[in-house]
Amino acid sequence: MMSKFLALCWAALREIFDESAYTRFLDRQKVSSSRETYAAFLRENELAKARRPRCC
Amino acid sequence: MPKFFRFLIWILIALLGAVAVATIALHRGEQINAIWLVVAAVCCYALGYRFYSSFIAAKILALDPQRATPAERLENGRDFVPTNKWVVFGHHFAAIAGPGPLVGPVLAAQFGYLPGTLWILAGAVFGGCVQDFVILLFSVRRDGKSMTEMARAEVGRVGGFVAYVAVISIIVILLGVCALVVVNALKSSPWGTSTIAMTIPIALLMGMYLRRIRPGKVLETSLLGFVLVMLAIFGGQWVSQTPSVAGWFTLSASTLAIVMIVYGFAASALPVWLLLAPRDYLSTFVKLGTIGLLAVGILALHPTLHMPPLTRFIDGSGPVFAGNIFPFAFITIACGAISGFHSLISSGTTPKLIRRETETRMVGYGAMLAESMVAIMATIAACVLQPGIYFAINSPAGIVGPAPEAAAATITAWGFPVGATEMHSLAQAVGEQTLFNRTGGAPAFAVGMANIFSNNLGGHALMAIWYHFAIMFEALFILTVLDAGTRVGRFMVQDALGHVWKPLGRTSWYPSILATSALIVGAWGYFLWQGVKDPLGGINSLWPLFGISNQLLAAVALCVATTIIIKMENVRYAAVTLVPLVWLVLITYTASWHKIFDPNPRIGFLSHARQLEHGIMTAATPRFIFNDRLDAAVTSVLVFLIALILIESVLEWTRVLSGRKDSEVNEAAFVATRFAAEEQG
Repeated sequence: MMSKFLALCWAALREIFDESAYTRFLDRQKVSSSRETYAAFLRENELAKARRPRCC
Repeated sequence: MPKFFRFLIWILIALLGAVAVATIALHRGEQINAIWLVVAAVCCYALGYRFYSSFIAAKILALDPQRATPAERLENGRDFVPTNKWVVFGHHFAAIAGPGPLVGPVLAAQFGYLPGTLWILAGAVFGGCVQDFVILLFSVRRDGKSMTEMARAEVGRVGGFVAYVAVISIIVILLGVCALVVVNALKSSPWGTSTIAMTIPIALLMGMYLRRIRPGKVLETSLLGFVLVMLAIFGGQWVSQTPSVAGWFTLSASTLAIVMIVYGFAASALPVWLLLAPRDYLSTFVKLGTIGLLAVGILALHPTLHMPPLTRFIDGSGPVFAGNIFPFAFITIACGAISGFHSLISSGTTPKLIRRETETRMVGYGAMLAESMVAIMATIAACVLQPGIYFAINSPAGIVGPAPEAAAATITAWGFPVGATEMHSLAQAVGEQTLFNRTGGAPAFAVGMANIFSNNLGGHALMAIWYHFAIMFEALFILTVLDAGTRVGRFMVQDALGHVWKPLGRTSWYPSILATSALIVGAWGYFLWQGVKDPLGGINSLWPLFGISNQLLAAVALCVATTIIIKMENVRYAAVTLVPLVWLVLITYTASWHKIFDPNPRIGFLSHARQLEHGIMTAATPRFIFNDRLDAAVTSVLVFLIALILIESVLEWTRVLSGRKDSEVNEAAFVATRFAAEEQG
């Protein structure tokens, strides 16, 4: 029960902090993590992230 | 669990909630414990979630667990990703929670703790949560369409245009007000200013670390950033105690405003990965941690509220902002009760992550309840202060006078005893030169939060550290809103200008980036400058303007929602969104009328301008008069635009209800979900 709860919290944090999005990017592109792939991920997400408002 | 026991538990929760609300509402003359507010909130939220949201889900929205969501149908691993409901909940909460639910309740505490608390509870359960929930579901059923797109499709072309203008206006006013809150929190505060200044190189360092050294390790980088920020807080103490260095960071409000404007422009024009993204991560990290810590602190300490339930300022003569309890308490607290801005998030990223339609209830309704709880905690933080201290911090020099002794005497004469020596000792305890006239809500919240924290951890010795931690937390929050808001505003302007001349719409063309960034920063920078120069502290005129624009955006969202509900042939249940809509129109139109035409110069923009015209003219007077007229014009334009969408909505409802138009909704076609079958085995 506790480990399930912690796993859920960890998954939420990974989603909030875009780590899961990066993992999905690696899976989709079938590449491993590197400076170049992370830069490509940032480029792909730049527009979406910049258009995302933060609420008041 | 047997049905009878479930029934019994809910009866007990209802009774406990009723007792808690009665204790809050009926106690007169003696102080109550803050835990009553927490109990009342938890019970109201539990009942609202269990019964009201369930009613909306079943009877009006008819959530369909068999229907595939856009996250499933359009899954691309990028924008559309079916995600666990708790993960989406966290993601959505992190996006909707900002400085608003912290600042608004602190300002509204001038009326006492009762009006704000009741409005937060009722507003959230019957208004804000409903808005977030229905807009989220309607966006899910329309392939994740944005609020402006839904307004155009369901209400009409005018609706789409009004929603667009309302969004731009609220962004500009919001950013100006938020920047003013930071300026007021940091002026003449070398500790706070140096700590916040350090967050800029820390964010840049995080950006470089994330891109070059540990690609993709965001949580690790955020933790590193958090440690560096904590070191910056301790470093700030050294700065404030070293006169030769402290001078560099002891800035006037005007200088800080210029710094903020330059910063906003740079943040909008720099690449996202370098400053915006790392600051966003850092801010979220600190936000989630601090809100959790504050909740634990309140539960552990369960402090006594020193503020009375109602103060003499319900008559509209309040020093923090002028205006009667109705309608001003309801526009001062927007986020935490109902916030139009949330409709942008509910029709932004979140609908693209929802795995099952039934989960919109927990994410939309539930996350807003969590934000409302944050507003309750902010009310507690403000109301644990002695009222005299609260008013000394939040009253502008234009009302109580600039000299500490005179200010203390004025506030004491109001019936809230406070001494200049007591305020001086408190300022020393939190590491500030003075706490008089620190308007904007942030310093009062920080003192309250430091009070709660220091009683749990570290005692009086750590009061200054906790105070500056709270200031850093609020300023970081606000600067993130400033970064992101300026950039979002820039994109919206570029989208619009792209229709006039194509190159201006290219988001990668630097002349366009610079020009549109300057336009947005110039717009909110003007409001900031106006607030800084206002002898009444700026918050008096600008916060109501922000509240009005935010609530008007909520009115747009509720117009869209009511239109869709009527088109779904659920007219008998349309009251669920129609009643909050009518309430919002009532409070925003009344507040707007007062802000424009009220004969009291402290309330009405035009009467203030007339008073200035007939008073002693100084070099600055023509500018003050212009600012008053500009504020009146901005309010009038907002009210006019919302009247347009209201008229268009009512005409659309009439056409549908009279049968002159088919009640057709623009939903995506039904596709059965594969998740239901997977879950069954």
